[in-house]
Amino acid sequence: MGDGILNETFPEIREAVRRLCARFPGEYWRKLDRERAYPSEFVAALTEAGFLSVLIPEEYGGSGLGLEAACAVLEEIHRSGSNGGACHAQMYTMGTLLKHGSEEQKRHYLPKIASGELRLQAFGVTEPGAGTDTTRISTFARREGDDYVVNGQKIWISRAEHSDLMVLLCRTTPREECAKPSDGMSVLLVDMREAVGNGLTIRPVRTMLNHATTELFFDDLRVPASALIGEEGKGFRYILSGMNAERILIASECIGDGRFFIDRAAAYAKDRSVFGRAIGENQGVQFPIARAYVQLSAAAEMVTKAARMFDAGETAGTEANMAKMLASEASWAAADMCIQTHGGFGFAEEYDIERKFRETRLYQVAPISTNLILSHVATHVLDLPKSF
Amino acid sequence: MKILVPVKRVIDYNVKPRVKADGSGVDLANVKMSMNPFDEIAVEEAIRIKEAGKAEEIIAVSIGPAKAQETLRTALAMGADRAILVETDDEVEPLAVAKILKAVAEEEQPGLIMLGKQAIDDDSNQTGQMLAALMGRPQGTFANTVEVEGDSVTVKREVDGGLQTVKLTLPAIVTTDLRLNEPRYASLPNIMKAKKKPLDTKSPAHFGVDTAPRLTTTNVSEPPVRQAGEKVEDVDALVAKIKALGIA
Repeated sequence: MGDGILNETFPEIREAVRRLCARFPGEYWRKLDRERAYPSEFVAALTEAGFLSVLIPEEYGGSGLGLEAACAVLEEIHRSGSNGGACHAQMYTMGTLLKHGSEEQKRHYLPKIASGELRLQAFGVTEPGAGTDTTRISTFARREGDDYVVNGQKIWISRAEHSDLMVLLCRTTPREECAKPSDGMSVLLVDMREAVGNGLTIRPVRTMLNHATTELFFDDLRVPASALIGEEGKGFRYILSGMNAERILIASECIGDGRFFIDRAAAYAKDRSVFGRAIGENQGVQFPIARAYVQLSAAAEMVTKAARMFDAGETAGTEANMAKMLASEASWAAADMCIQTHGGFGFAEEYDIERKFRETRLYQVAPISTNLILSHVATHVLDLPKSF
Repeated sequence: MKILVPVKRVIDYNVKPRVKADGSGVDLANVKMSMNPFDEIAVEEAIRIKEAGKAEEIIAVSIGPAKAQETLRTALAMGADRAILVETDDEVEPLAVAKILKAVAEEEQPGLIMLGKQAIDDDSNQTGQMLAALMGRPQGTFANTVEVEGDSVTVKREVDGGLQTVKLTLPAIVTTDLRLNEPRYASLPNIMKAKKKPLDTKSPAHFGVDTAPRLTTTNVSEPPVRQAGEKVEDVDALVAKIKALGIA
């Protein structure tokens, strides 16, 4: 069959996810895309079926599986033509809380996150004045009695309007006063339900795809000191491992997208007849599909390697980065090939290819852009001189 | 009440089957296999009856190769309580399946046996009827709705031209049609739990059933490729064409 279905990992999980997604066909996603609306029913179905609490340990109400299983879930969502972007962060944002939160915080929040009663799928790091150069963030949390008072601004914060809690990275000591630039930042678990309208303003940012992203304005937002995760000043380190998980999971979404494009292109090339024969009989049509498959298969191996390393307790930072880069480039190449295979029909909304094409383009930019991955590999792996 | 649900591992309904070059059968090497869709409907209906408080236990049973365990795990993940695999690598014809199921039913004493009306591989549509005859119990085939009430079950059957309602005294045999329900997908916690549910393996010999085939397959072939039609300009041309072909 050539599509890997026979020796796939986690076959039962994948099959269940495929069944679930079959209830949310292209029509459902096209309507949301037109209206830039949030896929509430889809997210509810995934939540109820337990697919968003894969990574939460059983003692806190989740399934206690590893990142590789979570990757299987997201890959199948994307392969089916659906999109996990509306809810994938519910899977991994809790990692910061799980790894660095107090037992009391974990007992309080994790079971409700596992059941979906609480949505923790907003991760506030990026600022207009500080992109990947995270140590230059300026959103500041000033301690006042039992509270922190937060002022500043964040951008590209996805799902903020659809999240009850947010993991927020802010400075608690100015950069100039720290021994190292990465010191002096802290993580607060902000209760969005109390914050909005009381110092937090959310403004949606309309983009070329339906991704529910926003910018946030903090104006004397009071957050109880009990919302601090771990120790004050160590926040930067806490969010790093979460970022590796995020990159691996998003890489698996790219693999799913790539499989979607290859499935669709191969089926169309066999079916579409021009000049009295299937267009797929022409090597000029079939070779690009084969090439996309080869490229995607190699990327998928890297994603699996990164996920397995992460699950084995290794940092996997470099592998996560490399997996994300390869997967996002492979899915983009497959998207381009799929449009070309379909000709004019690739641009028709009802084929879902133009929508997926727009969606998969994001991943060469977010959650980290390709240039920064190359920079990481050049300076951290190959020991080349630092450029910044 | 116990409900016994036989499930068959068949070629996945999405797969386009390919006939072996020698015409001896369908090529199943490297082909995705799944639970027969009508059996999934049967599992779903059994779960709904249990959820309504009218049954205590659902037992899934499959007759087939070791790989049929996967099909049984799917049934367990959907909500069956335990499973029995009657393991054999031979092809088992409907009559032998019915005999094995009868023997399983004698051990388990289910109040209801819920089967798919047919399997999508051989489309025999025989096992449920044969089982009812062998057991001497009432049957409600092609079920569109199933209502268990006390010691009876009322089945609306899909028949030519409409629905026929029959009331059967339990224990009874029901076979499911396509419109009975929409089967659920397994949730992740249930997939995990299914791995720990009991699955017994037995052999046809344990039940004293001879599975030797009574039929010989002489040839399997692809359906003929449909020939392209012909386009005509207008109604007059159509009428002339029909007359020329002598159809009307």
